[in-house]
Amino acid sequence: MRSLRLIAALAILLPLPAEAHRAWMLPSSTILSGEDGWATFDTAVSNDLFVFEHVPMRLDGLIVTGPDGNAVKAENATTGKFRSSFDLHLVRAGTYRASVANEFLFANYKLNGETKRWRGRVENFEREIPREAQDLKLTQSFQRTETFVTLGKPNTAALAPTGKGLELRADTHPNNLAAGETARFTLLLDGVPAPGIEVEIVRGGARYRDKPGEMRMKSGSDGSIAVTWPEAGMYWLGAEMQDDKASLPKARRRATYNATFEVLPQ
Amino acid sequence: MRFPVTALFPTLAAAPALLAGAAAATELTMSVQIPRLDVSEYHRPYLAVWLEGQDGTALGNLAVWYELRKQGPEGGTKYLKDMRQWWRRIGRETDLPIDGVSGATRPAGEHAVSLNPDAPPFAGLKPGTYEVVVEAAREVGGREVLRLPLVWPPAATQTVGARGTSELGAVSLTLKP
Repeated sequence: MRSLRLIAALAILLPLPAEAHRAWMLPSSTILSGEDGWATFDTAVSNDLFVFEHVPMRLDGLIVTGPDGNAVKAENATTGKFRSSFDLHLVRAGTYRASVANEFLFANYKLNGETKRWRGRVENFEREIPREAQDLKLTQSFQRTETFVTLGKPNTAALAPTGKGLELRADTHPNNLAAGETARFTLLLDGVPAPGIEVEIVRGGARYRDKPGEMRMKSGSDGSIAVTWPEAGMYWLGAEMQDDKASLPKARRRATYNATFEVLPQ
Repeated sequence: MRFPVTALFPTLAAAPALLAGAAAATELTMSVQIPRLDVSEYHRPYLAVWLEGQDGTALGNLAVWYELRKQGPEGGTKYLKDMRQWWRRIGRETDLPIDGVSGATRPAGEHAVSLNPDAPPFAGLKPGTYEVVVEAAREVGGREVLRLPLVWPPAATQTVGARGTSELGAVSLTLKP
């Protein structure tokens, strides 16, 4: 049952072609003051940012990290027709990271002349793919979709990279962004700075503009990117890479990273 | 010229003591006008006044007016972040309340902001150019920031003023040596 559910989740997480939709997680607010606070998050996969118009993001891989670096429980998690939502009670000051992170294996193969597709966990691969499978093509996929919220004074314990897949090292704190300023981030692949990664940045609300106005850039030789925010708003950042350096032999590796940042007026 | 290092400033070396002494004679007066607004739902604005160096570094809070008696567990501190520039520059590092600095929100009208030249951030302030920043943010309303440049210590009487267009009226600061 579990693998069936995962397959269903994957069908949603990875619409093909991959570029067609964007996975995103939108917080109700990113900067809170007071003794405690609440934030609610919507997460979905869609073309328009940040509009629920396609499919919800499944919450199977949801992890919220608190200001001390430990996991915090998300509350009221629900998945609807167009979006999933959950709430977070921020009871201690500092920065929280909410992520949906998943690792899957995709297999394409032929069996008795018939083309088959399989999606699942790496550990189930040997058991679930028949030995007689021919023309086996494997893609190991890492996906991370996240956002950041701070109560009181920001800190960085929750931002520590996991070392798996594509991630962003926040050289500029993700809850300290203002219009007209330049933020610096470093793309990491398996925890190591990754040069030449294509990054796309889109401000939300494109449905009310004639031109979406994406910013596109590639990470530099040290994996870094510099983003000058043209105006205040909620921004989506997406990065994706593919190569043949998967941990499984002869497999392709694909990694995607999506984050939402709030940029405030000066 | 020497000034006595009193028990009040036991840790100050000679040079800062000189400045502190110089500042002691200085008079600072400030007023902030909160405009009367014709709106259906009016809440008194949150207001913050702070001192900044030329590089934008916040050097200290001068006034923070917010809803002290708001019902609920978080009181009125939930809306402090709406004074966005203050929050980012210094507010999120500030533990409220602060004696002599924080206080209740004020109604429309002209209000004096009490500034003490003998207390931080003015006490021991190095000679130079600074800005006093005033930010007001109103629930179901807008936000406005005004900046008043000043030269410290004042050689002669300086009066600096600015006038807001939405959430603040006339704001003025006078420094007398």
